[in-house]
Amino acid sequence: MPVKEEKIEVEGEVVEALPSTMFRVALDGMPGTVLATISGKMRKHYIRILPGDRVKVELSPYDLTRGRITYRHR
Amino acid sequence: MIIRKSTAELDQMAQAGRVVQETLALIGEHARAGVTTAELDALAEEFIRAQGGVPSFKGYRGYPASICTSPNSMIVHGIPGPYALADGDLLSVDVGVTLGGFVGDSAYTFAVGEISADAQRLLDTCQAALAAGIEQCRSGNRLSDIGHAIQTVTEAEGFGVVRSLVGHGIGREMHEEPQIPNYGEPGRGPKLASGMVFAIEPMITLGAPEIVVHDDEWSISTADGSLSAHFEHTVAVTGGEPRILTRTAAGLLR
Repeated sequence: MPVKEEKIEVEGEVVEALPSTMFRVALDGMPGTVLATISGKMRKHYIRILPGDRVKVELSPYDLTRGRITYRHR
Repeated sequence: MIIRKSTAELDQMAQAGRVVQETLALIGEHARAGVTTAELDALAEEFIRAQGGVPSFKGYRGYPASICTSPNSMIVHGIPGPYALADGDLLSVDVGVTLGGFVGDSAYTFAVGEISADAQRLLDTCQAALAAGIEQCRSGNRLSDIGHAIQTVTEAEGFGVVRSLVGHGIGREMHEEPQIPNYGEPGRGPKLASGMVFAIEPMITLGAPEIVVHDDEWSISTADGSLSAHFEHTVAVTGGEPRILTRTAAGLLR
């Protein structure tokens, strides 16, 4: 019986906007930054992300240096 | 932590694996048009218990049956019920058996009657992908080599690889570390060592790999309704050839 993949959800603040809609995000409680992409749902609804935004990021336990931004907080 | 099993423990796991293989073969013989998935479930449960084993899925996280029966666009975790197989159907069956304290887990996608050429190609590709993944189960390789091999074989045929469901380590528990995705770059993750046992289960789709979960909170189907295939074996990493614990007798299936 297969298992649903694990993903870690963390909060952080966007540090810089990079080309190709990638972002550097500083995660709370973790040193350094991750390279994050925007989730498809956010692209679909044209949600803008700017440096300084607080966001929710999904990380894979297999690569903690890359993430996916799934929510931008008010 | 990935638990490594001794040769004696692997032999015990092979016992459970043998019952899983025989159960699947039994289901395969009975999977004909008109048979309901509930009948297959009853057959499987009776057989497993007659062998002195226990169906691992029953009661697992609340799962109500002994096997998973997933027709056509359903990928996994289909709950057996009144659905009657129809000519041309693909039926993915997943079986788990606990025997002697160890778990065996294997799956097979059966063709009911005559199926389309694309469906046949899907089945063949999924089995080839599983074989490619199993080939990577050698000490010294890295965990992600398995998923990479599966993805390469699958996407070469233009099929999709399901991302949200993964294979897993297995032993005294059905789901142990590590998680084994069916995609990814090679050369990542822990180094494989002998005694590690993995349930490798590629799930592939004719169309896009996105999934939807049904209202029963178990069954998972392709979002675009395309056909899917699922094959699985419990495999032990050894010093040499990978040891397939759920294929102990040649020729029962495949």
